[in-house]
Amino acid sequence: MLLEKLSNARGVSGDESAVRAIIAEQLQKYADEYRIDALGNLIACKRAARRAGARVKVLIAAHMDEIGLLVTHVDREGLIQFDKVGGIDDRILPGKSVLVGASCIAGVIGFKPRHRSSESERKKVIAHTDLRIDIGATSREDAARVVAPGDYVTFSTIYAPFGKNCVRGKALDDRAGCALLLELVRDTYPFELYAGFTTQEEIGLRGARVAGYSVAPDIALVLEATICDDSPKTREQSPTTRLGAGPALTLADRRLLADKGLVRLFTDTAREHKIPLQFKQPLVGSTDAGILHRVRAGVPSAVLSLPARYIHSPAAIISLDDYNNALRLLRATLPRLANGINHHG
Amino acid sequence: MARQTSARERQTTHFPAFETDAPIDHAASLDPFQALVKRLSECYGPSGSEEQIRDLVRDEIKNFVDQVRVDALGNLIAQRRGSGSHRKKIMLAAHLDELGLMVTFIDGRGFCRFGALGHVKPLTLLGARVRFGNGTMGVIGCEANHAASDEIDMDALFLDLGVTASSSPSVQIGDSACFVREFVETGDLLVGKALDDRAGCAVLVETLRQLRKSPHDLYFAFTVQQKVGARGAGAAAFAIQPDAAFVVDTAATNDTPGAASGGVALSQGPVIKIRDQGALTSPSARQMLQHAAREAHVSIQLDVKPRSNGDSMPIQASRQGVPTAALALPIRHHNTTSEMIHRADAENTVKLLLALLSKPI
Repeated sequence: MLLEKLSNARGVSGDESAVRAIIAEQLQKYADEYRIDALGNLIACKRAARRAGARVKVLIAAHMDEIGLLVTHVDREGLIQFDKVGGIDDRILPGKSVLVGASCIAGVIGFKPRHRSSESERKKVIAHTDLRIDIGATSREDAARVVAPGDYVTFSTIYAPFGKNCVRGKALDDRAGCALLLELVRDTYPFELYAGFTTQEEIGLRGARVAGYSVAPDIALVLEATICDDSPKTREQSPTTRLGAGPALTLADRRLLADKGLVRLFTDTAREHKIPLQFKQPLVGSTDAGILHRVRAGVPSAVLSLPARYIHSPAAIISLDDYNNALRLLRATLPRLANGINHHG
Repeated sequence: MARQTSARERQTTHFPAFETDAPIDHAASLDPFQALVKRLSECYGPSGSEEQIRDLVRDEIKNFVDQVRVDALGNLIAQRRGSGSHRKKIMLAAHLDELGLMVTFIDGRGFCRFGALGHVKPLTLLGARVRFGNGTMGVIGCEANHAASDEIDMDALFLDLGVTASSSPSVQIGDSACFVREFVETGDLLVGKALDDRAGCAVLVETLRQLRKSPHDLYFAFTVQQKVGARGAGAAAFAIQPDAAFVVDTAATNDTPGAASGGVALSQGPVIKIRDQGALTSPSARQMLQHAAREAHVSIQLDVKPRSNGDSMPIQASRQGVPTAALALPIRHHNTTSEMIHRADAENTVKLLLALLSKPI
């Protein structure tokens, strides 16, 4: 399955080529044309089915990059110092299996054994700068044969089925969005579809800025995986999203106030087609839409996401029901964008 | 082109309401400029929900401009064509939006949790009244076990819409509310919510009304989403492609108890912000303002404290760059529901802009 292949592919921000290759292979079959821009964004065009009426350009974006680590230095003992790429919580790092560099050297993020740690040490979060990746090297020279500063490090999780129609894998943020977008590219629409597979989202929405500028769309839509914080709590003010409750529509996040016309269109379509849809908790998180809505003279933008438990960790979980419902909703909604979106009067 | 009685042509002495026994109809006692500020101040328009304030401003300016449109993000852009042979494209910007709250969760009993749109100060929230775009009113309450605390934790606050067992809330997740506060004037002081930047909007409206002739093509941009990070102005600037831009906003004063020394003071004139957190005022645009101030005999203040991030940054950085200056009205009690400006500052800002726009640059 394509999602499995995409999840297992390694592509930390700035090093998206392996993911791009998988996507390009698909685009060769289904897109009218595609190109790779200077920042590595893969932008495909699917011409409109009919040439009737206003010519509307819709950019649908999903980011190819994933969070990960970056080798900064090799110690004299052959242990590897690293930096984080993207938002990773230091708490999840110790003891994790990783793959280092282009040749996938197996590594473990080492830490002091529990048996030798004091009570106070065990209660403390170890800063990532105090952690080292162990690849079994015996010296700096030994390690240097296979690792160099600037090498990227990914979690070594293998994609697998999980629970009731769910899957577990790394990088589902946002390979799930990439997989959805690739399914959309198979069809044609009453507008020019630009599928933007973007780079460097996790380190500040960097690819999307230039992709948005070059496409100059009338409407932008971002497909994402999002925070899913639905575990039981003593005091519930809002789960960000719930797994299995349908795709999540963004009303507002830290960087975007979603276009109200697009929100209404998705909401109405979901209701009419009886497709489950949830609203993501407002004002949390951010996506490429945070940049896309501000390019050029402004672009009405919206975000549709799949809830992903344990996002930004070695193993996220998404529901294939949510995935399929997102696809249904997109297929039902997109044809209604033929005349663009205009509600400011 | 019609021209209303200029606000500055009226010399009225105002007495505080409490000195008279008779009830005063405030709206009736206001002069045209005060009435304009009152209309703008009391209008609903948190970031992202600027429809009502945009319609109001459009109404105020429609007879004084050649063309008006709304862009994809909701910025209102009005154009007035100039008559000069060497005319420039000048952009003037003031933001429509105000601080607000957005509903993030509605519990089983109809109480709402909320997040802030812009730099809402938690201290201003307890007991505050808010209003949604559809007119629904709400009161901000605090969880019982937190109420005695001196510090206010936003997570312990909720919005009470008066929902009962037999009714359901008339708002949804993602709906936004503004604060409710009546505009008042005491003498020369104008007090109300959202004077940041409805006072700036009023100055631009008044400038349009009083401006008889300009050699330049003028673009008045009433922008959206400034309070959440100056997200709207860049789109307006990209479309306008101005030769120079002037942002009219507000500058918090340092003339109240406990304030650090220096900085700007109420009634001491329009402020040129030398910098804010996102932009340095362009020297060429600053010189134009200072030249116009001299011509209009208006004294100005300079503010160098980079307090916030205004519309200057996205405008200045638009396309190949735009000489941009930030002009501001001194404002007290900034980001509260009783922001205060002095009418002389507003009138002098209008005078300065009239001098700036009336002559070739």
